Amino acid sequence: MENIRRVISVIVMNESSVLARVTALFAGRGYNIDSLTVAPIPQSNFSHITIVTKGDKRIIEQITKQLNKLVPVFKVMEHEEMIEKEMVMVKFSVKERLSDIAALCGAYNGGIVNVGPDIVIAMAADEPRRIEHFLEATQIFNPIEVVRGGVVAIER
Amino acid sequence: MKMNGSQMVCEAITREGVKVVFGYPGGAIMNVYDEIYKQDGFKHILNRHEQASVHAADGYARATGEVGVAMVTSGPGFTNAVTGLATAYMDSIPLVVISGQVPLSLIGTDGFQEIDAVGISRPCTKHNYLVRDINDLPRILKEAFYLARSGRPGPVLVDIPKDVTAEFGEFDYPDSVDMPTYKPSCKGNDRQIKKAAEAIINAKKPLIYIGGGTVLSNASELVRELAQMTQIPAVETLMARGVMGAGNPLLLGMLGMHGNYASNMAMSETDLIISLGARFDDRVTGKLSEFARYAQIIHVDIDPANIGKLVDVDYPIVGDIKIVVEKLIEQLQERVNPKNYESWRDVLKRYNTLHPQSFKDSDEVLKPQWVIERIGKLVGKEAIITSDVGQHQMWAAQHYPFDRARQWINSGGLGTMGFGFPAALGAKVGCPDKVVINITGDGSILMNMQELVTAAEYEIPVINVILNNHYLGMVRQWQTFFYDKRYSETDLSYQPNFKALAEACGGIGYDVTTKEEFDRVLLEAIERKKVCFINVAIDRLENVLPMVPAGGALYNMMLEHKD
Repeated sequence: MENIRRVISVIVMNESSVLARVTALFAGRGYNIDSLTVAPIPQSNFSHITIVTKGDKRIIEQITKQLNKLVPVFKVMEHEEMIEKEMVMVKFSVKERLSDIAALCGAYNGGIVNVGPDIVIAMAADEPRRIEHFLEATQIFNPIEVVRGGVVAIER
Repeated sequence: MKMNGSQMVCEAITREGVKVVFGYPGGAIMNVYDEIYKQDGFKHILNRHEQASVHAADGYARATGEVGVAMVTSGPGFTNAVTGLATAYMDSIPLVVISGQVPLSLIGTDGFQEIDAVGISRPCTKHNYLVRDINDLPRILKEAFYLARSGRPGPVLVDIPKDVTAEFGEFDYPDSVDMPTYKPSCKGNDRQIKKAAEAIINAKKPLIYIGGGTVLSNASELVRELAQMTQIPAVETLMARGVMGAGNPLLLGMLGMHGNYASNMAMSETDLIISLGARFDDRVTGKLSEFARYAQIIHVDIDPANIGKLVDVDYPIVGDIKIVVEKLIEQLQERVNPKNYESWRDVLKRYNTLHPQSFKDSDEVLKPQWVIERIGKLVGKEAIITSDVGQHQMWAAQHYPFDRARQWINSGGLGTMGFGFPAALGAKVGCPDKVVINITGDGSILMNMQELVTAAEYEIPVINVILNNHYLGMVRQWQTFFYDKRYSETDLSYQPNFKALAEACGGIGYDVTTKEEFDRVLLEAIERKKVCFINVAIDRLENVLPMVPAGGALYNMMLEHKD
């Protein structure tokens, strides 16, 4: 069976060690995590975990079922109808062409967020695939450091 | 009512109807043991190793169907219990294990006897808790019992820091549990059940595939009724022995790696598998791509994750076996014609005549299969049989005439050597009127032999029949078949004096080498009502057959081994 990429949203009780339960499940059963983000859901006792993973159909089905089995897991959503966004921050030397960097970031819903005596920090926020393109495009400006935020997703 | 954490633990155990707790005290759990000393809601049995405490609680749970409870201290007390938790987890046995933990202020400081119990036990418990606040304790205890016994049962760990066991709080024990994130579905989808019934009516070669879930669900009577009404033949997994009852003409026997010929061929040729609480384990299926190639599959399981995990399923039904089978029977009533499966039953009957489950007996040396069949003849329906892990376990599963569910107790999923003796203690404590016999080997029995002392002290008359071949027999068998007889570290020629060992601990020891001796000794052992070792010298090189080599197709069985 062919490997497919999937974004899985998991709504969990916001309690201690719940993230460990989720990640230990992936590690213990040999599933793959491409990225993982987690944050509390406002005005509730729940947190939202977004996991990007790869696997064949049977594995993806097992992942959702095994996640559902965890006692503090409230809901697991896995389908294609998700709006995905990812954020990335990149550090450049201040000697690079700043206006070009700003223009590039602008094309990817970002901009320059901090300028210091030696370095400049830029950001972008876009679909994960476009973030890849953004990072390729930044290569000509000799990025010093890249930090990606991981994917967040919401049902359409 | 105000009480401290330790009183809460004792009170919750009592209110849950638990009559006996197996455990071992230590620093972090001492406050609770102090309350145990003062109460009389339940009895405590002091095993001589924490692993044995958990296995004993497990044996108690398997024999009675109630939740088993074990109690251990922090650090090594807890880590010793882990094998017990994992054993129960793999076989879905309802347990609540209470462990002590270092005080909250010391957690994370590498304190004396500190270990991350919830971290370690996460993959081998259904759920676990570290209690950080005395106000949460009553709810957590209630949830622990509820989680252990509901849905797909399993062990639950409650790790309680020492200061929490001393702290006072309001004991408001909830009557019921409401967990928004935990709602097991038990009823089964009616439309799917209807479709499954249609499939059964239209099948030509259907086969009922019975797993341990049927035992856990107490559905044995209904499954017998389903088979009886439809006249559909059945196979049992290792965990389901006894469900159909020995001598039931519809029962083909056990299937899988050491299943009999007719069962494995039935599975290979069936056109419809009716899977009831089984999980298509690798020891059952053999090579997956060759498994049941002509079959559609009805898979009934309370755990949705079991469905579609290894094989594609045509009729998935998530639910409790008992409820679903009841509905299936209703659907099939007066609509299914048992005659339709007659030629299929005839084929299987021929397979059974061709290669019945048998062995070559001997007058020179005791054969393990003879010993097991003999136990069956002498105590039969009345006994509870536990086992350890290895050849003796397979021989027992193949040859003992199991007559009812919960009569056969063994570690199927994890395959834990050392399980049988403490599990037998638990079973005997739970069912004091039954004769309890642990069928074990000379390797396994040494892994929890300290329980001789426990059994002697509490006068728990468990009979251990040691099928002694002076080998780690199952590994030796694989070495014979697959490793050119290089018997690496499996020769147990150096032996303890089992008879003296039993006697040194306050039990009785017997050495047996002949059939006459065995009969006499077993009857005497039952009569004397004392823990004992019956050390039976058996044929050293006897193999468990038939055998499907690991990874082989189920229909390619080794029926005999020629040197």
